[in-house]
Amino acid sequence: MSLRIVVTVKYVPDATGDRHFAEDLTVDRDDVDGLLSELDEYAVEQALQIADEADDAEITVLTVGPEDAKDALRKALSMGADKAIHVEDDDLHGTDAVGTSLVLAKAVEKAGYDLVISGMASTDGTMGVVPALLAERLGVPQVTLLSEVSVDGGVVKGRRDGDTASEQLEASLPAVVSVTDQSGEARYPSFKGIMAAKKKPVESWDLEDLGLDAEEVGLEGSWTKVDSASERPARTAGTIVKDEGEGGKQLAEFLAGQKFI
Amino acid sequence: MAEVLVYVDHVDGAVRKPTLELLTLARRIGEPVAVALGSGAEATAAALAEHGAVKVLTHDAAEYADYLVVPKVDALQAAYDAVSPAAVLVPSSAEGKEIAARLAIRIGSGIITDAVDLESGDEGPVATQSAFAASFTTKSRVSKGTPVITVKPNSAAVEAAPAAGAVEALSVSFSAQATGTRVTGRTPRESTGRPELTEAAIVVSGGRGVNGAENFAIIEALADSLGAAVGASRAAVDAGWYPHTNQVGQTGKSVSPQLYVASGISGAIQHRAGMQTSKTIVAINKDAEAPIFDLVDYGVVGDLFEVVPQLTEEITTRKG
Ligand SMILES: Cc1cc2nc3c(=O)[nH]c(=O)nc-3n(C[C@H](O)[C@H](O)[C@H](O)COP(=O)(O)OP(=O)(O)OC[C@H]3O[C@@H](n4cnc5c(N)ncnc54)[C@H](O)[C@@H]3O)c2cc1C
Ligand SMILES: Nc1ncnc2c1ncn2[C@@H]1O[C@H](COP(=O)(O)O)[C@@H](O)[C@H]1O
Repeated sequence: MSLRIVVTVKYVPDATGDRHFAEDLTVDRDDVDGLLSELDEYAVEQALQIADEADDAEITVLTVGPEDAKDALRKALSMGADKAIHVEDDDLHGTDAVGTSLVLAKAVEKAGYDLVISGMASTDGTMGVVPALLAERLGVPQVTLLSEVSVDGGVVKGRRDGDTASEQLEASLPAVVSVTDQSGEARYPSFKGIMAAKKKPVESWDLEDLGLDAEEVGLEGSWTKVDSASERPARTAGTIVKDEGEGGKQLAEFLAGQKFI
Repeated sequence: MAEVLVYVDHVDGAVRKPTLELLTLARRIGEPVAVALGSGAEATAAALAEHGAVKVLTHDAAEYADYLVVPKVDALQAAYDAVSPAAVLVPSSAEGKEIAARLAIRIGSGIITDAVDLESGDEGPVATQSAFAASFTTKSRVSKGTPVITVKPNSAAVEAAPAAGAVEALSVSFSAQATGTRVTGRTPRESTGRPELTEAAIVVSGGRGVNGAENFAIIEALADSLGAAVGASRAAVDAGWYPHTNQVGQTGKSVSPQLYVASGISGAIQHRAGMQTSKTIVAINKDAEAPIFDLVDYGVVGDLFEVVPQLTEEITTRKG
């Protein structure tokens, strides 16, 4: 039987761009170019490696996001995923992590899955909670923040490097996995992969397809409210000296002046 | 006064500093009731009482060590049901965030992660967060259910505020999901004897410019002269020169010490994301154009192999 892998990927504003908030205090996704969250490339990579090891596997990439989020799906398809699902609906604007996990859970269930693979965190919201939320909603094991992962005989195993210990984990499928950027370099799409991706199917689903109401998602359905967002004042220009042989001593003098020594 | 649940992060009964900071913040909202789970749970009570916990709910079971995350969610939910708190506060560790998130879904509440400050407001607790690599500051609140908020280390001062801290046994029944993810092996991290990276008052970091694992001895020597923790950029970690646990930045630790010393680090946005809120920042880099110099209070343009040893020696001399 085929191993059905769903990789959740997010379309995010480029971190090296001038990111800011829109007037409604949601992340501005219009003024800064977007891309597939780099941390989700690791999830796609691990999915491809797991699929390689399996006799028969199919990888679906899934995103919840605006129209341009198709770019993120294309990138994942050009890396080698088989097909894509784009959940897109005007009422989704402003959905928070709890809401996103609801939409993802419905979509994953509708698509059918044995294994969900997510990134460790999105590079815009950086919450790192969606995989745990998704596992809670689906009622399946969460095997998260793995720096190493493998699937064999219906069991997923992995290593989670925590603060105080490194743990070996194991769970039966179906399960939700997330992988860190320590899990192994993500491949670049090949020219062949980019050409092939153009022909791969991308399905588009809206809230109705998922049996969800507009009130459950979006800014209105969000269970958190951002009241204000202000730009951090730029750090005041400091003193910069060129080392002419006394740089270390000058720095020590500064640190002593600040009472660090 | 309303009670506030505080999830306790501890190692065999030794309470970690971020939890004590959490008690300071909890007292701004109500009366802290601590929840301590697993081996050594009861031993946490003295430190928690000293810092304001009116009650300490404890429970120990093999499940906490043998299975990932969910048993702790079950227990925190049991505490929630027993207390009906005004808010639930959890330290922002990787595990803490996952526990908090799952609890939020179960109790039908919104969740805020990685708060750096917390104050009480007319419509419930108001959390301050940093966004976009700490270039923005936001204020937000939970608008549905009981606020579940995770708070980053170094967000408040630890304050003594003696309270009763009466230990009460929490009764927990584990859910069907509790045993879903087995922990089949555990290798504890070896202690370096240096301060914990996220808790340290001073962090001394090295990057690609350090140019080799053996050269990190220079960075460690400087760190030791200042009693500091050692950090590394991802470039240094990816090169295998320093362990990933010491990585500072978006996919490593985020630190907010009194003093951050960057040597041979360019200051890429993902690195800044993890250190930009440090009080004082100094850098040593041979490239005057390196973006790290936009952040510094004091910068030395020079070769770290000259500047850092001289700095260490000068500090050692001054400290006598
Ligand atoms: C999704 C994602 C997540 C990331 N997460 C992180 C993260 O958590 N943490 C992180 O740090 N990075 C992270 N990065 C990587 C980041 O973009 C940079 O590549 C990285 O921070 C560069 O490290 P560096 O400054 O040490 O190296 P470089 O950028 O190569 O800079 C080295 C610096 O050392 C200086 N130098 C060289 N020799 C000397 C000398 N002898 N004396 C003095 N100065 C010298 C050079 O002038 C240069 O400025 C992430 C990237 C991505 C895409
Ligand atoms: N809108 C989204 N669409 C698809 N996947 C998402 C979305 N948001 C978050 N994820 C997944 O959840 C992970 C963690 O995201 P977060 O909790 O937002 O930091 C990401 O790496 C993605 O795999």
